[in-house]
Parts: sequence; C-alpha cells; structure tokens
Amino acid sequence: MTETRIDRRFASLKSEGRPALVTFMTAGDPDPATTLALLKALPGAGADVIELGMPFSDPMADGPAIQAAGLRALKGGQTLVKTLDLVREFRKTDDATPIVLMGYYNPIYQHGSEAFVADAKAAGVDGLIIVDLPPEADDELCLPALEAGLNFIRLATPTTDDKRLPAVLANTSGFVYYVSINGITGSAAPDASRVAESVARIKRHTHLPVSVGFGVRTAEQAAAIGANADGVVVGSAIVSAVAASLDSEGRATPATVPAVLALVSDLAGGVRAARKSVAA
Amino acid sequence: MTAPVQPNSYKTGPDERGYFGIYGGRFVAETLMPLILELQQAYDDAKADPAFHAELQALSTYYAGRPSKLYFAEGLTKHLGGARIFFKREDLNHTGSHKINNCLGQILLAKRMGKTRIIAETGAGQHGVASATVAARFGLPCVVYMGATDVERQAPNVFRMKLLGATVNPVTAGNGTLKDAMNEALRDWVSNVEDTYYLIGTAAGPHPYPELVRDFQSVIGTEARAQMLEQEGRLPDMIIAAVGGGSNAIGLFHPFLDDKDVEIVGVEAGGHGIDVENGHAASMTGGRPGVLHGNRTYLLQDADGQILEGHSVSAGLDYPGVGPEHSWLRDTGRVQYVPIVDQEALDAFQLCTRVEGIIPALESAHAIAEAVKRAPTMGKDKTIIVNLSGRGDKDVHTVGKLLGMDI
Ligand SMILES: Cc1ncc(COP(=O)(O)O)c(C=O)c1O
Repeated sequence: MTETRIDRRFASLKSEGRPALVTFMTAGDPDPATTLALLKALPGAGADVIELGMPFSDPMADGPAIQAAGLRALKGGQTLVKTLDLVREFRKTDDATPIVLMGYYNPIYQHGSEAFVADAKAAGVDGLIIVDLPPEADDELCLPALEAGLNFIRLATPTTDDKRLPAVLANTSGFVYYVSINGITGSAAPDASRVAESVARIKRHTHLPVSVGFGVRTAEQAAAIGANADGVVVGSAIVSAVAASLDSEGRATPATVPAVLALVSDLAGGVRAARKSVAA
Repeated sequence: MTAPVQPNSYKTGPDERGYFGIYGGRFVAETLMPLILELQQAYDDAKADPAFHAELQALSTYYAGRPSKLYFAEGLTKHLGGARIFFKREDLNHTGSHKINNCLGQILLAKRMGKTRIIAETGAGQHGVASATVAARFGLPCVVYMGATDVERQAPNVFRMKLLGATVNPVTAGNGTLKDAMNEALRDWVSNVEDTYYLIGTAAGPHPYPELVRDFQSVIGTEARAQMLEQEGRLPDMIIAAVGGGSNAIGLFHPFLDDKDVEIVGVEAGGHGIDVENGHAASMTGGRPGVLHGNRTYLLQDADGQILEGHSVSAGLDYPGVGPEHSWLRDTGRVQYVPIVDQEALDAFQLCTRVEGIIPALESAHAIAEAVKRAPTMGKDKTIIVNLSGRGDKDVHTVGKLLGMDI
C-alpha cells in the first residue's frame, strides 16, 4: 500500500517528538456549513488528524454526547454522500491534513462497499474507522478499502487480549486506535498509567502508531495520555462544545466555531506538553 | 436479488461464521467480539453436556409448565368454516408467553459462564418479565432496558418486572421503542463486560444469539409436531406464527422446515399499511437487507441506510429488523412472510376472545388474523397450527383505548 496522508503525518510528528492531536466531530452537526468552517479552521488550531463522524440512527458504541450530535446532523439532513462532499470541499484548500471517516457499516453497505471506497478515495478521505466491522468481517469493507489505498484503522480494546491482537492488527493500517476503556464514547477518563501499559502491550505486536481515545476531555488528560501514545483522540468533549454553543432551536451561533477552536487550541497545548517533562 | 439455490435441508444453518446464506454474522464492536466468542464456546460446551440439557428439561417441565398444549380451537374453526385450527398454547407457560423458553436456556448459560449480572431489552415487556423472572429464580440482579414509549403502553409488565426485583431503565433515545432499548442494552454490555450476561430476547443479534435462541425456542415446534402426529395422526397442512424479531416463529418453524408438505407462514406487523412510509414493521415485506445489531438481515431503512422506527399496534412486533434465519428462509422461498395490519390484528384479538374465551397477546393476534384469512379458503380436512405465543392481559389497556372503552 502506498503512503497515505496519515502515514506522513505520524512520521513527521514522530520526528517532532510529540503525539498527534486527533479531533472528532460529527459531519453535519448541526449543519454542513458549520462542519466545513470547522474543518478548515481545525488544522490551524492544532488538530493533526481529523476524524469526521458519519451520523447513524443507531450508534451503539456511542455515549449521549455523540448520539445527540448524530441526531442533530440527521435532523439537518446529513447523508453519507453529503459527508463525502464536505471532505471534497475541504481538500480544495488543504492537501496535508489527514481525514478519517468514522461510523457504522449500514450506510456504507447501502451505498455499496466498492462504490463507497472509490468515492471516499476520490473525495480525499485517507482512512476509515468502522465500529461494527471486526476482523472477522474484513471481506466486507476492509480489504476493498486497503485495495483502494485507504487506511483501515482498527479499534483495539482492553478486551482484546494478546491472543486476539494479531488478528485485530493484521489488516490494520495508518494507526491503531486504542479504546482506553471498556465502554462507550464519553465515558469516564482512563487512568494514564494503565493506558501506558496497554499501549506498550500493543506496540509489542505492531510498528504502527497507537492513538488513544475514549474519555479524554482536557489538555491535562491529553498531556498525560500523550506522554506514552502516538496520538490522543478527543471526541465527546468537542461535540459537547458544539452542543453548548447552539441556540435554543439547536442551530449554530456565531459562538459555535470559536468555542470549538478554543477547546482544540487548548488540547493542542496539551499534546505539545506531553513529552516536555520526559525530554527535560 | 437472485434466489439462493434450494438446499437439501433447511436445518443446517448457521455456518461456522454464523451465516444463514448472506444473513447473520457478527457485526459488533471490538469490545464485544471476545465476549461473543466466549459465549459461542460456552454454548458449544453446553450443547454437548447432558447435565445442561437435563437441568433445562427439568426447569421447562416443573417451572415453566411444559409441554404446552396443542389445543383444537373448535370455536374459531366453526366460526371460520374451513380448515381446522389448532393453537400451540405458549400463552399458558409460566410468565405468559414463549419468552420463558429462551430465558431458561440462557440463564443456565449465564450461570455456566460465571456471570453475575443479567441485562435484557424488551418491547412488549414479555421478555423483560421472563428475564426478571429467571434472574429472580437464580438470584441474579437484572437490568431491563425498555423504550419509554413501551414503558407507557405496557405498564402492567413494567410493574411485574419491578415486583420481580428488576431495575427497569426507560430509554428515551430515538422513538423509545425496542430498537432503542437494544442499543442501550448493547451500550451497557460494552461497559460491563466482566460480569454481565446479555440475555437477548429474540432470534436476532450477533452470532451465536440467533442460533441459540432458535434452539431454545425450537421446543415449540418439536412438541407441536409430535402432538399433531399423536392427536391427528399426521402433520399439519399449514403453520402460522407472528414475527417480531422472530423467536416464537423460528421456534415453531424450525422442526418443520424439512417437511415439504407443510406450508409455513410468518406474519409481520403491517401497522397502518405496507404503503405507509414508516407506518409498519414488516421488514421482510417492506425493507431491504442491511446491518444492525450485530447481524445482516432485512431492515426498515431509508435510502441513506438510516434505520426507521417502524410502527405496530403491538409493542412486541415493532422492531425494524428480523432474525437472520428468517431473512434467509424468505429468500429461499421456504417460508412465506405476509403483513397483517393493526385493524386486522385488533379484529382477530376480539374474535378469539369471544369465540374461544382466550385473550391472545396482540402479537399472537397477528398470527390468528392470518388464519382467519386462510382457513375459509382451505378444506375442512385441512389443519393449521397457529402459535399462540402469549396471552393478552398485558394488552387490555391498549385495546381498551383503541376501542374507546374506559378501563
Ligand atoms: C407474546 C409475544 N409474541 C411474539 C412476540 C414477538 O417476538 P418474537 O418474534 O421474537 O417471537 C413477543 C415479543 O415481545 C411477544 O411478547
């Protein structure tokens, strides 16, 4: 597989000696224009990799914050095709920041897996995280995605033991997403020392970068987790910032984009401080 | 979609990856994958263990009251004037429906696996009640997720669950019905993987659930087949069951699948009518294949693949999906799936009550409604078994309201 924007980004951050800040938001929350404005501004605020959630009516692995974001987006008429349009639009002005689409399989299955990977690649998507496609189902989407030159990023969890890890890592590319807790998005913050152990465990099985997510909300947590990981993923905190900025009808306000950017800048400071104490 | 080749036997599925043709599988988050594999192992071990079967058999007999009777519904037969109708009386089981069959099997599995906490989803509340019942019997705490809409329309069952010591968590996400309750149960499960057993209430979900729920429910068809042979000296001409997620239906159908002369009919909830957008819950008549809740199956969904809520007067049928084995049986043509609309089910509910003195569950009333259509077109020498999956006490409020009666 040829190098992707994800590979290049993690390589360059490695030479900088700091972890990546991976930000998550839901496409179309609360409307496509807001998402596009955020996409364009996030790299400047310090996001190194952008995960864009594809809203789904039944987000079984998500907690209340991301569930609500998905509902807002769906209410606004967001579809898979519109999400790809957002990426295409973003790519007109940014050819470096990796975009990872995250979601559930059914909307992709309805679009057709082959057509989807072709359309995603053409739109400028770099990788996919599909929650309900374990390695047992690799022929559904993972293999076609890899063939098309998209990274397929797999989640590893605390229940993924050493026996199972090789199967989970086999077709994973780009990076490994370590889910730091057994739970749904937005759950309690993970314990940084246990996360460090788990990351070390995964790294014994792979050379891929390991990003850690689920439960990271603040710059301090990002710094603590980032001390031992190649990337820190923040999702629920960001979509909660979107939610808090909306008016009573759920529409975006002039405060929406600045609120998210302020949080992301803060988190970016966290990942930049992650290795300071180690280096000193 | 091209029809799959007709197999030699319809009873060999699922394959080792959990598929019935293209349906089924294990579409779950990584956190759950090891648990599902563990469950598979535990179930395979249990199946091979005579002690497991003996314990289940004893509970079925002395606790649940099996075998359930095969009853000749003379009043209904006379009223319709055609084929002779028999009811498989799952309504007479302990807790009032077929759901107990599955719950007894699964609680024994949970016990074997050393799990100490039970979670379940419920629509009509029958599965919630059956889960709370077996949890009480085995001294395990039980949390039941139930859509807020269903909590309201099935109030008597909510109270029963609470009396049995279960915690009932109303789910407000989505429309607050069964699929939302299932999402919430799955979220609980990923958050409590160590100690928790997810007791799924229907023959759907990730492999091995569709298989093991079917196996535990197949006692319905196995008994009915033997009872018909004993009482009538021959197999029935037709068997009919209502299909929500599909557990009572697959339980009745499975033992008959290779009896080529037995016509098999599954009844989906036609709600306000199949042509009414999002107004029914007939996933096989009005939906298309997709992936939800761990399996590929027929689903009610929009063009973008977002799942629709569906509607049925019966809380136990308004699920936008269906167990994967039914999807496969539909495509092979072995089973016909047909819709019955709310009004037809309500009419059958009242008819059965009046001419048989049996108040059926609204779910079961859908199956009766299909028999009401079919029996008069068949000869008097023909026989039909209708699965009376549950009793209707839980529905009297709903029906009373719809009939404009004051309760
Ligand atoms: C009495 C009764 N029949 C049928 C059903 C439908 O479920 P299934 O299709 O799994 O049998 C229910 C569900 O709650 C029920 O309570």
